[in-house]
Amino acid sequence: MSRPSSRRFLSVLATLAVVASACSSSSSSKSSGTTPSNDTTTPTTSSPLTGSLDVFAAASLTAAFNSAKTTLTSANAGLSITYNFAGSNTLVAQIQQGAPADVFASADTANMSKLVAAGLVKNPVVFARNKLEIAVAPGNPKRITGLPDLAKPGVSVVLEAVGVPAGDYTRQVLAKLHIAVTPRSLETDVKSALSKVTTGEADATVVYVTDVAAAGSAVDGVSVPDSDQPAITYPIAVVKSTKNRSAAEAFVNSAVSGDVQRSLEAAGFLPPQ
Amino acid sequence: MLAALALALVVLPLAGMLQRTPWSSLFRDLSSHDAVTAIRLSVETSLGALGFSILCGVPLAWLLARREFPGRSLIRALVTLPMVLPPVVGGIALLYAFGRRGFAGTVLYDLTGWRLVFNTTGAIVAEAFVAMPFLILTAEAAFRSMDRRPEEAAATLGAGPAYRFRRVTLPAVAPALAAGGALTWARALGEFGATITFAGNFPGTTQTTPLLVYLDIESGHENTALAVSFLLLAVSLAVLVLLRDRWLGNS
Repeated sequence: MSRPSSRRFLSVLATLAVVASACSSSSSSKSSGTTPSNDTTTPTTSSPLTGSLDVFAAASLTAAFNSAKTTLTSANAGLSITYNFAGSNTLVAQIQQGAPADVFASADTANMSKLVAAGLVKNPVVFARNKLEIAVAPGNPKRITGLPDLAKPGVSVVLEAVGVPAGDYTRQVLAKLHIAVTPRSLETDVKSALSKVTTGEADATVVYVTDVAAAGSAVDGVSVPDSDQPAITYPIAVVKSTKNRSAAEAFVNSAVSGDVQRSLEAAGFLPPQ
Repeated sequence: MLAALALALVVLPLAGMLQRTPWSSLFRDLSSHDAVTAIRLSVETSLGALGFSILCGVPLAWLLARREFPGRSLIRALVTLPMVLPPVVGGIALLYAFGRRGFAGTVLYDLTGWRLVFNTTGAIVAEAFVAMPFLILTAEAAFRSMDRRPEEAAATLGAGPAYRFRRVTLPAVAPALAAGGALTWARALGEFGATITFAGNFPGTTQTTPLLVYLDIESGHENTALAVSFLLLAVSLAVLVLLRDRWLGNS
C-alpha cells in the first residue's frame, strides 16, 4: 500500500468513526435541546416529556414496564421509550461497556451497587418489592406443594444462574431451608427459566410472583410461605451519562409513585415500603 | 484499501480481546474447576458432533454427489440451511422436534424414558446440527470433483461397490474430508446459540466453553471469560491454519 492510499485509508476510517458516533448519539441529541428544565419533582402528567428514553430493566419487569409505556407515551406525545430487558447482571455488564442507557432498573441491590461503585449511577431508590414463587406446569402434574418438593427425585428443576438475581435469591432460601436441589439447567434470566417450564422441558422453576402472573395460564404458581421469603427489592436510578435527564428523572419518579408504579402494582409487585 | 478494511474488521476485535486477556493469571483462570469442566465437556461434545457428522454426513454427501433422485436439490439446500440459520432459531427448532413435548421427542421419551434436553447428548445434537453442513459441503464437492476413472477401472477388474468405496474413493477424498472435518470440529467447538437454547446450561452436562464465557462475562468474571475465550481462539486458529494447510495444501 503506497503512502497516499494509506492516508486515504485512515481518512475513511476516521469518516466511518464520525458517522458511527453521529448515528449512536442522534437519538439522544434530538431530545436534549427540547426537554424542560431539570425540575425533578414535576409529576409526569403535568409537564409533557419529549425525546427518547432508553430504559434498561430487569426481565421480570417486562409486563409492568410495557403497560406503563403505553400510559406514559399517550400522556406525553413527544416521548418515545425503548426498553432493554435482560437479567440485571447482563444489563450491568452492558452499561459498564458503555451501552447508552438513560435509566437502569435492577431486580436486586447487589447489581445496582456495582454501578454505584463504578460511578455510573447515583442515588438509586427502591421502587418495588417482589416475592418468589414456584412455577409448575398447568394442573401441577408433579404435585409440587412447596420448595422441599423440588429436591424430590423425578422432578426436573431449572434455576437461574449464579449472579442472576432470581437465582441468587432462590439459592439463599434453599440454603436457609437446607434443601439440596440439583437443577438441570442454569438459565440466564427468569423469562428463559419460565420458558423451560412452559415448553414442558422442566417440571418446575423458581421465579417471581409477578412472572407467574404474567405467564397467565401457561403455568401454575405454588406459593412460598412469607416466612421463607427473602427481601427482594428493586432499585432504580438515572444513569449519569444520560442525554435526557429530565425525562429519565421523571421516569424514576413515576416508578416510585406515578403511572409506572400503578402498572407495577397491577402486575402484582409490592409497593416500595 | 477496502480489503484492508475487511481485514481490520476481523483483526481489530481479536486485538481488543488479546489486549485485555489476563496473561499473568491465564493458567490459574484456565485451571479453575468451572473452566476445566467446561473444556473437558467441549472436547467430548465437539468430538461427538464430529463423529456423528462423519458417520452419517459423509454417506449423505455421497448420495447427493453421486445419485440422481427426486428432490435432490431441495435436500441439498436443506442440509446446508443450518449454516445460515441463526443458531438460536436452530435451537428452538430442535426443541420443538426433540424436546420432551416435541413430536420426535415424545416418541423417544415414551419409548426410552430418555430425553435430549438438559443432556450431554442434546449438546452433541445441537453442535452436530450446526456443524455438520461444513462436512457435507466439503465431502460432496470432493465426491463430485474427484477423478472417476480409477473407480471405473476397479469396477472392470471386479471390485464390488463396498470394496471400491473403501479402497479407491475414500483415499481419494481423504484430504478434503480431513479439512472439512477440521472445520466441522472447530464450528462444533464454538457452538453457542443452539446449545443454550436446546440443551440448556449446566456445568458438567451441557455447559460448554462458549456458554461458560457468556455467563462469566455477564456475572462479572471477566478474567475467566477472557482466558477461556483466548483458549478457544487459539485452538480454532490452530485448526484452521495447520490442518487445512497440511491436508489441502495450496489448492
